[in-house]
Amino acid sequence: MITLSWYLIFSAALFCIGLFGVLARKNAIAIFIGIELMLNAVNVNLVAFWRYIAPEAITGQAFAVLVFAVAAAEVAVGLALVISIYRRRNTVNADEIDMLKF
Amino acid sequence: MTTELITWLIPLPPLLAFFLIILFTNRSKPLSHTLAVGAAFLSWLGSMVVFFRVIRIEHLGEHPIMSSIPWLATGSKTFNIGIQVDPLTAGTLFFVAWTVLMIFIYSVGYHNYGQPKGDHDMPGLPPHGATVTDAHGHSHQVPSIEPIYSRFFAFIGLFAFGMFLLVVTDNLLTLFMGWEIMGLCSYLLIGFWYAKPSARAAMIKAFMTTRVGDVFLLLGIAYLYSATGTLNYREIFYNEGVLHTLATTPTGFLGLSAAGLIGILIFIGTVGKSAQWPLHVWLPDAMEGPTPVSAMIHAATMVSAGVYLVIRSYPLLSAGAEHGVLSPPMIAMAFIGAFTALFAATIAVTQNDIKRVLAYSTISQLGYMIAALGIGAYVAAAFHLITHAFFKALLFLGSGSVIHGMEHGVLHTGAHIDLQDMFNMGGLRKKMPITFWTFLIGGLALSGFPLVTAGFWSKDEILSDAWGHGFWVVFIVLALAALLTAFYTMRQISLTFLGEPRTEAAEHAKETPWTMTAPLIILAVFAVAAGWVGIPEHFPVLGGLIPNWFHEFMGGTLLEHPEAVDFSFIPLLTSLVVALGGLYLGWVVYRKVKAGEKDPLQSPLGPVYPVLKNKYYFDELYDRLFVRPAYWLAESFTYLFIDRKVIDGILHWFARVSITLGDFFRNYIDKPIVNGFGDFVGEGTKRLGRTFRFIQSGKIQQYMIVALVSLAAFSVLFYYLLVSTP
Repeated sequence: MITLSWYLIFSAALFCIGLFGVLARKNAIAIFIGIELMLNAVNVNLVAFWRYIAPEAITGQAFAVLVFAVAAAEVAVGLALVISIYRRRNTVNADEIDMLKF
Repeated sequence: MTTELITWLIPLPPLLAFFLIILFTNRSKPLSHTLAVGAAFLSWLGSMVVFFRVIRIEHLGEHPIMSSIPWLATGSKTFNIGIQVDPLTAGTLFFVAWTVLMIFIYSVGYHNYGQPKGDHDMPGLPPHGATVTDAHGHSHQVPSIEPIYSRFFAFIGLFAFGMFLLVVTDNLLTLFMGWEIMGLCSYLLIGFWYAKPSARAAMIKAFMTTRVGDVFLLLGIAYLYSATGTLNYREIFYNEGVLHTLATTPTGFLGLSAAGLIGILIFIGTVGKSAQWPLHVWLPDAMEGPTPVSAMIHAATMVSAGVYLVIRSYPLLSAGAEHGVLSPPMIAMAFIGAFTALFAATIAVTQNDIKRVLAYSTISQLGYMIAALGIGAYVAAAFHLITHAFFKALLFLGSGSVIHGMEHGVLHTGAHIDLQDMFNMGGLRKKMPITFWTFLIGGLALSGFPLVTAGFWSKDEILSDAWGHGFWVVFIVLALAALLTAFYTMRQISLTFLGEPRTEAAEHAKETPWTMTAPLIILAVFAVAAGWVGIPEHFPVLGGLIPNWFHEFMGGTLLEHPEAVDFSFIPLLTSLVVALGGLYLGWVVYRKVKAGEKDPLQSPLGPVYPVLKNKYYFDELYDRLFVRPAYWLAESFTYLFIDRKVIDGILHWFARVSITLGDFFRNYIDKPIVNGFGDFVGEGTKRLGRTFRFIQSGKIQQYMIVALVSLAAFSVLFYYLLVSTP
């Protein structure tokens, strides 16, 4: 039988893959994808905890839905920013978007 | 209106006129003089009403007209301001009102009202004359109007206020205020032509000299107040208890009683104001002012105020004097008065300036009054004060008229001569008849021409008092002074009016306008008639024709009615001889002085002449004794030593110490510690920032790695700190 820890290991792996993507990839779109992976890893966690630990409450599902909504909004804003940056600087390479330095 | 109310109102019009002229009408000459003369007229009218009402009151001296209101509340005491009309006030008011009004009217003419503006007249200088062209095309010089005409009327208005205030008041405090107002006005008016250095010097001299007396007077008043708790005349001078207490309180100063010390202090005030020796030096110099001012100061007001004060405080001055024994203030007065009378008369003999002769004669006559009071001749002193005011005002105004006539001649001929030098005059009787006759009357009154003139009666009364009470030293000195008075008066009249003109200017002199001659005529009437009220009862033939009203009236001012002295032929003969003899001598010596001739007295007097001419060198003496030491004190001691060395030295020392301290704080505290700390904080922060700036790469992923590593590190740290070691 599939136990809770399997889900947790899966979600941790997924989170690490996303984190790796965010830290290692230079393309802004790829970094976005990494962020989405991390959010969804959290969702897996939430749903798993709900099913195994507190199946009578709907808190876990509600949080998962909320994360979807936040992720969707974040993607909408983030992509708009990426497009805007691309138009101005003609690049989406994260290393080249370094105007925040001293 | 009640008499009290009118008396309250008497001093006010001239004060109002002063403010109105100063504030509003000073640009309009006719308006200004109308205000001033109108004010003098109102005061005159009030004075006359009061005078003629009160002389009908019986026992006015015992029950004077009084009214007062609280004025200054000081602690538990209140100073009252009030009026009091007793016989002395009434008499003084009478002559003050007349002379003031006459002088005001005279000033209009004197300052050339109605004449054109001067060609190059300047404010602060006497007018120089204007050129006018008549219908025939001839241009000639005429007198020009005074440039600061309105100011003159404002000042004499204030002056008149001071005098009226002094006369009607009922206490020494307001008297002192009037006294000081007059001191100020005399300063302003003597220096009326302020662009003349001599006028400036004279105004300062007058102010400083009278100040000496004023300070002593103030001391006397303060002492009197602390001794009695009041300054009201009635409560001190007419209160036997208070007088007795004062006369018996010892002060421990030269063995004087309180009354004696206060009396001497008050008398010193009079010495300053009435120009008695040794404070007489200011009065002759005060001739620098316009002539109406000379008349105002030397006849009607200021110098009379000094005598008025001693007559007023006579009960205090004589407190302790009994049965022919004089009190110390009276001895001082008798001595200084008699000495001054003779002393000033001798100087007057050698003066050539027409106004200076009169100035010294005034000093001499005031000395007469003081001496008379010193020997207890109260009524005679008051009598002479009144008659003298009339004929001396007349003489001064007459001399002003002469100078004016001479100025006319000078403008006509264009000569540059001293207008006031009598040796430049002569023969003016034909050119200026009105001035001549009135001046003659005034001069005869001054010399005491027998029977007719007022001066005779008042002077004779003083002499007979001196004789009757046995003060023969005073008698002889005063008789000698009277002889000299007659002599120099006749000298003056002869030099000015008789003989032939000695200069061309005198030949072209012209009679002055009616505004100047009318006051002369009115004053001449008084110079004669004012004596008739005081003819002694036992005088041969004339005595008793007119009752000796004055003695009864004025004598009522005192608590004890003074006895009229018995008639004696010796003083009468003496005054006849000295008056006629002096006049005759003066006429004989001076009737035929030719142009360019020296003073006929110069050779017979020999070495005495320059001494008299230079006024016994008193000016030089005072210059050595007081003026130069004062300058030395101011320059060498106060300025160079105290101010520059000591005070500046202390200040410089403070400055130097402050600078040293400041340097120390700056170099050892402020710079290393305070600045060092501030710099350390700033520089340290900067260096830290420079050190760590490399982590701000702007690369988002680097930040995230740092954040991740830090999070991991902190997590581990917290785990060990909080979870694994409970």
